[in-house]
This record gives sequence, structure tokens and C-alpha cells, in this order.
Amino acid sequence: MSVPTQRATRHDVCPLDDLPVGEGRAYVVGGEQVALFRRRSGKVSAVQATCPHAGGPLADGQIDERVVVCPLHQNAFDLDTGESTTGQPPIAVHPCSVDPDGRVTVEL
Amino acid sequence: MTATTTRTSALPQQRDHKRRLVVVGNGMAGVRAVEEVLERGGAQQFDVTVFGAEPYGNYNRIMLSHVLTGQEQEDSIFLNSLPWYTENGIDLRAGVAVTRVDTFAKVVHDAEGGTTPYDVLVIATGSSPFFPTMEGLRREDGSMLDGVFGFRTLDDTRALLAAAREHRRAVVIGGGLLGLEAAHGLATHGLQVDLVHSPKHLMNQQLGPEAGRVLRRVVEGLGITVHTGVRTKGVHGTDRVTGVELPDGRVLDADLVVVAAGIRPNTTVALASGLDVERGIVVDDRMRCEGGAGDVYAVGECVQHRGQTYGLVAPLWEQASVLADHLTGADPTAEYHGSRTATKLKVAGVDLVQMGLPGPENDDDEFVVFSEPHRGVYLNVVVRDDRLVGATLLGDVRKTTFLQQAFDQGLPLPEERMSLLFDLGTPGEEVGVAELADDAQVCNCNGVTKGAIVQAVEGGATSLNAVMGATKAAKGCGSCKSVVEQITQWAAGGNLTVDESANWYVPGVPMAKPELMTAIRERGLKSVSAVFRELAPGGAEDAKSKMGLTSLLRMMWPEGIEEERDGRFINDRVHANIQRDGTFSVVPQMKGGVTTPEQLRTIADVADKYDVGMVKVTGGQRIDLLGVKKEDLPRMWKDLGMPSGYAYGKSVRTVKTCVGTDFCRFGLGDSTKLGIDLETRFQGIETPAKLKLGVVGCPRNCAEAYVKDIGVVAVGNGKWEVHVGGAAGASVRKADLLATVDSPEEVITLAGRFIQFYREWGNWLERTYEFVPRLGIERVRAVLVDDSDGLAAGLDERMQVTVDNYRDPWLEGQEPVTPGQFRTSLPLVDLPLVPRRPAGAPGGLVPEVHSNSNATPSTAEVSR
Ligand code: SRM
Ligand SMILES: Cc1cc2nc3c(=O)[nH]c(=O)nc-3n(C[C@H](O)[C@H](O)[C@H](O)COP(=O)(O)OP(=O)(O)OC[C@H]3O[C@@H](n4cnc5c(N)ncnc54)[C@H](O)[C@@H]3O)c2cc1C
Ligand code: SF4
Ligand code: FES
Repeated sequence: MSVPTQRATRHDVCPLDDLPVGEGRAYVVGGEQVALFRRRSGKVSAVQATCPHAGGPLADGQIDERVVVCPLHQNAFDLDTGESTTGQPPIAVHPCSVDPDGRVTVEL
Repeated sequence: MTATTTRTSALPQQRDHKRRLVVVGNGMAGVRAVEEVLERGGAQQFDVTVFGAEPYGNYNRIMLSHVLTGQEQEDSIFLNSLPWYTENGIDLRAGVAVTRVDTFAKVVHDAEGGTTPYDVLVIATGSSPFFPTMEGLRREDGSMLDGVFGFRTLDDTRALLAAAREHRRAVVIGGGLLGLEAAHGLATHGLQVDLVHSPKHLMNQQLGPEAGRVLRRVVEGLGITVHTGVRTKGVHGTDRVTGVELPDGRVLDADLVVVAAGIRPNTTVALASGLDVERGIVVDDRMRCEGGAGDVYAVGECVQHRGQTYGLVAPLWEQASVLADHLTGADPTAEYHGSRTATKLKVAGVDLVQMGLPGPENDDDEFVVFSEPHRGVYLNVVVRDDRLVGATLLGDVRKTTFLQQAFDQGLPLPEERMSLLFDLGTPGEEVGVAELADDAQVCNCNGVTKGAIVQAVEGGATSLNAVMGATKAAKGCGSCKSVVEQITQWAAGGNLTVDESANWYVPGVPMAKPELMTAIRERGLKSVSAVFRELAPGGAEDAKSKMGLTSLLRMMWPEGIEEERDGRFINDRVHANIQRDGTFSVVPQMKGGVTTPEQLRTIADVADKYDVGMVKVTGGQRIDLLGVKKEDLPRMWKDLGMPSGYAYGKSVRTVKTCVGTDFCRFGLGDSTKLGIDLETRFQGIETPAKLKLGVVGCPRNCAEAYVKDIGVVAVGNGKWEVHVGGAAGASVRKADLLATVDSPEEVITLAGRFIQFYREWGNWLERTYEFVPRLGIERVRAVLVDDSDGLAAGLDERMQVTVDNYRDPWLEGQEPVTPGQFRTSLPLVDLPLVPRRPAGAPGGLVPEVHSNSNATPSTAEVSR
């Protein structure tokens, strides 16, 4: 797991419009793979892009306001805490926000 | 809670003081004993302290096998959670091991240096895996090589699961119950497993040689390589294990080794405390320890009673009950006289129950055997003096309940011994649950009697789930579930409630399908988010319900719904099937399995151009291009210019055909043309689960129509049989004959009517092989063929609208529907990572890369 230990840097990642509502997209942020999700409520989350179970691409998963479900074997992870609700190891969650000018930034 | 007591002098026992009961061992036996004590009002008599070396509450050790396969999650196997101890005023010292007991001073010494006085002590330390001496198993400093595991605790299981995710080859040493369950668990994670067992046949403790041989065939059928009569010579590896050496010098490569070569009672504490120990801690019929000074008892796998030690849970329920009778004074005459044990193997796909003797011992023992090795069936019973003293049921366990009762209670046996193994058609063979005695133990794993289930039902538990929750029945190996269900039904009379959520169409909206459809129609809901907003508790979305709702809405509103891309599973967002490494597979439509040189040329060119990992002919009669990058999908479809074959959809998939009248000398009908027509008409239509069709030109059935969701068979004179509800996947079921019709047109109408019926009434993910038997073929026939309910015209009409509104989704590839629809989701991984298999190479290349869980950051910066 890659919870940042040193000083985190803010990275400007993409315009919010690049994230379709309710879906995920993956980016390379500071040399790491990060999956961004835009929930229907508008909240954006940034988590590690690969599933700890068997490396599934989490950005291809389905989400609700609480969890992302991995497309490969349907393990689920809380988008805010990273905890798995299906007994897998947790995933890394990175602080993430949307600037007033509509850009998504991630701290890593 | 884990603060240790440091009072050293034991208070003299006083009448008005509660006595101090200290239990060493927080496992299944120790905590069961405490539960039994509490049940007898023990809370008034005792202050209870429990020491447990493991840092957890009490869990069901049996279920570790299911945790290893992934069938159960860790948190669902706890029998007593930490709050349970607090609620019952029990001082739990979780993670604190006891080192010795001073039975004269009546003080327990623990590994943290604490001392705890007691008035009554119970030792329930269980047992540990036995590691036989093997060359190379330990490093010079005595520590075990990395990659060597036992299989006893939750921590062992977690470590095994972690190792299984990272490695590919495992060797399991020991072919008993535990070894087989470990091997199966690892195999389900895709590991290549070798099982090495030194006796001549598997489960030799429980089975005779013949049964062992049949079991071996069955286990090998699961993909596990079995070596019997082979003693492991040694283990290879300097720091981490790399292989296991056999006596003939052969080395089995291994990334991990599980040693399941037996268990040994944990007797260290007892020995250090001066108690009598032979193979286990010696106890009398009241579970009292010999040696040392009084008031010390022992229960569970650590004990030896009348020369016998046990490795199963059933005996410890009886022991705990006798012990509690003595401790609380509830029944000072209670005695334990030993247990008759039965073993059940918890390996999916292998039904095995064994009780008592594996075979005859005396000259006049009766022995009835039935063996059918190629089907994996072996059954026997041993009868002595008209009583059942042994039974082995492998591959057919239908008679378990009866035999178990006969074995446990010495019931009179039927004259005709054969009927012990088979239902001979005479009535009253199954022991009706009504006749079972109240104290008959139904669930051996959790020691639950029929009486306890009846009590639970009377106490208000009126669904199977509620009874299972209240009594823990059927929560062990699960083999008694059907009996528990029957008793629940019987006890509840007409008042049985079914578990509500089991009927919901999707987990996130508490409504069964008909109810949900009515609500959707009444409110005119046309998007997944609208359904959640209006019908889900608190309006909350549920990720796992989205796909099912999208399918339902598309069925209900054929003219179109308010599309929400996040309502679709990834496959339906990009129209290809996601693979284990995040690449996709593309299966172009090839109606009826018929293709042309031009199509093949196009496919070949595309395969070259996009450098696909493998080109494969599928079991569905078309061609699969595997290992395709997501980014390449739109251009690839454009180059292919062929529609999707829906190999990924919960929808109509393929129609397999045979060559029929045009070419086959036996052909009775033009199966090829009919197959193509069916596929053309119904292509891509959403169904509750995938739907596969087959059309054959005669009953020789070359395209396997009898085992399809819809199978059509030409029978001559222009007649066609339409069969429904067949399958040959995880379940194999021959389809039921729905009707025989007179023309291909009628086949198409009837097939369409069936599909629409299934779309409207089938549960989400319910295949037709479940749907048809659920309703019964007679009912299906009445509705679809005889139009008993006046539904036929409506079904036909709605199917026609659906067909008219069909659009080929591959067309959308050209213009992405959402930003980044085809962006990679693993930007730093060099895709594809699936093994590459050049055409014609026997077996292809050795797959070097099989999963990318440790994706190394590499090249591709992604364009933003
Ligand atoms: C490609 C193919 C194997 C092959 O190389 O031949 C295949 C591949 C997969 N099958 Fe299959 N099945 C394929 C023919 C079959 C058949 C044979 C047939 O259709 O005649 C069956 C048995 C028939 C049946 O379904 O009754 C079959 C029974 C299954 C099952 C068991 C379903 C069941 O309920 O019993 C699954 C698992 C599931 O659906 O949950 C499955 C699931 C899968 C999946 C889709 C697993 C998945 O969800 O990712 C595999 C996709 C691999 C991939 O990465 O692309 N596949 N699968 C075949 C594609 C046929 C096609 O052209 O569409
Ligand atoms: C994977 C697996 C599958 C199984 N499947 C089945 C099955 O299908 N059917 C069946 O009947 N049986 C099965 N068993 C066996 C069954 O689990 C045991 O019979 C049962 O757990 C024995 O209970 P116990 O309390 O005696 O021992 P345990 O459950 O092992 O409990 C002993 C506890 O004492 C603790 N302890 C030991 N020494 C000390 C100390 N010095 N201080 C403090 N605490 C200590 C241990 O940490 C442990 O928690 C299975 C076992 C395993 C491992
Ligand atoms: S293709 Fe089918 S049989 Fe083969 S591994 Fe995948 S699901 Fe199993
Ligand atoms: S890889 Fe994510 S659930 Fe298996």
C-alpha cells in the first residue's frame, strides 16, 4: 500500500468534465496510478488504481456514493476510507478536491 | 481488558463470594464450555476469565476452509465477538498465552508475567499442526523456511491467502481432511497444486483402500495432482522454499508448502503444571484432569479420554456439556463416555460423509458395498449385531440423515440392507423430520439438536436464515442445511416466512421483480438513478444493483431509456469482455457459426494489425481475439466492420448450429438457416442471464442443442422440437421439451415468446436452467403453448417492439459516448500481459506473466 509518508504534493490532474458522472478514469499522478471517481453527488475521490485482490483495474469498476466494486471479482472498497467491505486488504485513498475553476487536484 | 492481574495470593473460597473460573484456551471447546456454564445459570456462581493465545474472539475454526476458498469472509465466521465477552461479564485476555499453572497455589502464570488466581480451572488448549522431520524444513537457526505453512488458525489462513495471491505452485503434504481442504482452497485461487500423502490412499484414517481410490479420482478431477504412498524426503530452498523432494529424487517445484500431516494436542501447559499427559491431557469421565491438585478440568482436542483423542468438533460439544453439569452442579452424575464421530469433507464438488468403521473387522460383520468409480461414487455400510457401526458415502450423500441417526442412536435397521444405501422406491425410507427425536443432533459442526431448532422457531425465528442465526445450525460445513430447512418448515407449520431479501430483484431495492416492475411503470421511471431515488431506502444508490436495473429498464422500455453509462458494467460500456489483466476480448458475430473467407481474412488482418495475444475458436462457434487494449477497441471494430457477438452480455449470445440438410447425410431440417435466422432476430437482446441457443438437424445433436437454454431439433416431416432450460456449464441439465411445431416460423415465434417470458419473469442472473424448473415445464408450456393465461399475444408483441428497436452498439465505437470511454485504466502497465500464444504452437508459450497485481511503473505517461 502506498499511503504517502513524506510531504504530499498537490497535483493538478484533469478538468472535472473529463470525469463522466458516476464513472472512474485512471491517471498517472506523481508517477503513481490513481483512479479518480466522480460520484453522482458531485464528490470526487482518488484511490489507488489497482485492486489489491488480483490487480483488477478499479477505474473500470462501478460505484455508488460509498464504494467502488472491482470489475474482476466484485470486491468492494470504501471510497472515503479505502477499507474493503468484502474482506480484502484496504486500498490507498488520496486527498482530492475540485478547484473553483473546475480542475481536479490530488495530493500525493 | 488485557491488563493482567498481579494479585499473587489466592483468596480463600468464601460462600458469599463468586468462584473464579479461569479457562485456558479461547477456542471452540473452551468458549463452548463457558456458554454451557452460563446457560446453567453459571453467571451467578462464577467470575469468568478466559485466556486466549490468539488475539481474537472465538471463531469457527471449521470455516477456515471456506475462508481459504473465498466462500466465506473472515467476519462471518466469528461465533463470539469481542462485545459478547463484555456483555457476559467475561474477562477476556485475548493475545495472552498461559505458560504454566500452579495447581497447589491455584494460580495461572501467563506469558506477560501476570498471575491470576482461580478456584476452578479449565484447560482447552486445542492442538497444533504436526510438522514431521524433513530435511531442509528449517534453517540452521531452527526457524521454518519462508513459504512453509500450517493450516490451523485465522492467521495461518490469512498468510495462505496472501501467498496464494502471489504464487503459482503449491505442494500440500498430507492427504487427510485438512490437507484436501487446503489443496482445494489453493486450487480455487488458480494455483497448481500437488498433494503428497505417505499412506497408500487418501484419508486413510477414515476410508478403506477402495473408497480412497475413488476419492483420488474425484480429487484429481478437480485439477489437483495426487501422489500417494510417497513420503516427502525433504524441502528445497535456502531462505524460502523452492520445492519438495520425493524419495525417488524427483523435485516438485513449489512456491509454498502447506504441512497438514496431522495434529498434536497442545499439552505444554499441562506438562509444565504436573498434570498427567500421555498423547493428550488425561481426563476422567467427568472431564477432570488426573495428577496435580484438584479442580482442574480439560475439554476439547487437547484431552485424552479413555485412551482416545479427537480431531473433530462433535465430541467437544458433549464434553463441554458434561463439564458444565459438574461445574455448576446442575447434574453431578453426568458422565462422558466417548463420542461416535462422523467426518464430512468440505470440498466443493466432492460429497463425502464417513462415520464409524471404514470396513468390516469381525468375521460376522455385514458389509454392503456399492462402487462406481467412473462416476466418483462409492458407498458402504458396516452392520454388526443388527446395528450400524460404519458408513461411507462418497459421491451420493442422500442417505446421510438416516444413516447418521441410525449410527448415533442405534436405530433398528431395515431387513433389506441395500435400502440403507438406496431408496428402493418403498415409501417411508427418508426419516421424516417429524419422527426425529428432540435430542437428535442435526448439526454436528455446531452441536445443534432438533429440539433447539424447534425452540428457535417457537421463539419467533420463522425463516431458515433466522433459525440459522439463532442456533448456528448449518453454519459449519453446511451439509445439514436441507434437514435444518425441513425441520424449520415442519416446526413453523404454515407460518414459515421466507427471507425477504432473497426475493429482491437486486440487493439495493427491497422489492421482488413483479412489484418493482409495477412501481417503475406506475411512476414512469426511465433511469437507474430515478429508480434508486424513488424506490431505494433513503434514495441510496447501490453499485451492485446498477447492472440489473439497467437490464430491467431496457427490457421494460424497448423504445429507449434515459441512458446512464455508470449503470452499465464495464463490458457493456466498451462492448468487449474484460480479462484478468485489464485487457479485453473481442468476439465478432458469426451467425450460426457460419463464416466466409472474407470475414476470416478481415479477422486475420485485424489480429495482425492490433497484435492480439491469442486468436481462438470458442466453444460458441466463433472466433475470439484476446488481449486487446481498451484504447484499440474502437478502431478495431471499425476495421472489423462486423457486429458484436455479445460474448460478454447478459443477453442472447450465440446460436450454435450443425451443418444440417445441405451437407449432412442424416439432416432432417435446415438447422443452419434456422440458426442464422434466430440469431439475426434475437441478437443482443438483454435477458436476466446469458442465453445460448442451438439448432440441430437431427437428434444426433451435433451442436449440443439438448443442453442449451433454447435447443431446437429437427425430427423429420418438417417438424421441429423446441427444448428449453438446458445447460452444460457449471450445471449440466438436459433441456425440457416445450413443444413440437411444424415449421421454422413457428420455432421463431415460440422461441421469441419464451425469451420475452423469461425476460419478464426471470430473476436477475437466473439462468433458464433454474428458471424453467422453478416454474415447472408444465406451467411454462401452459402459458406459452396453450396460452392458459392469455399472455401469448402480449409477449409476442413486446418481443417484436424489442426487435424493431435493436441498434448495433458497436456503431458507437466511432464517437465516444463519454469522455475517456476507451482510456486505459492501468496507465502504467504495458498491456497486454496475457500470455501470447502464436497460432499452431502446441500449448503456446509458457505464460510468464499471468496477472499484474504488482504492476511496475514503467513507460506510458498518459496524455491528459
Ligand atoms: C470464450 C469461451 C471459451 C472458449 O474459449 O471457447 C468462454 C469464455 C468465458 N466464459 Fe464461458 N465461454 C465460452 C463458452 C461457454 C460454454 C459453451 C457454449 O456456449 O456452448 C458454456 C456452457 C454452456 C452454458 O452456458 O450453459 C460456458 C459456460 C460458462 C459459465 C457457466 C455458466 C453457468 O451458469 O453454468 C460461466 C460463468 C458465468 O457465467 O458465471 C462462463 C463464463 C465465461 C467468461 C465470460 C468468464 C468471464 O466472465 O470473464 C469467459 C470469458 C473469457 C474471456 O476473458 O474472454 N462460461 N461457456 C466460450 C465463448 C463462447 C462464445 O463464443 O460466446
Ligand atoms: C481448517 C480446519 C477445518 C476443520 N474442519 C472440521 C470439520 O469439518 N469438522 C470438524 O468436526 N472439525 C473440523 N476441524 C477441527 C476443529 O476445528 C477442532 O476440532 C476444534 O476447533 C477443536 O476445538 P478446541 O477448542 O479443542 O481447539 P481450538 O479451537 O484449536 O482452540 C484452542 C485455543 O486455545 C488457544 N491456546 C492454546 N494454548 C494456549 C495457551 N497456552 N494459552 C492461551 N491460549 C492457548 C489456541 O490459541 C486456540 O485458540 C477443522 C480444523 C481446521 C483447522
Ligand atoms: S474460459 Fe470458461 S472454463 Fe475457461 S477459465 Fe474462463 S470461465 Fe473457466
Ligand atoms: S481483482 Fe479486484 S476483485 Fe479480484
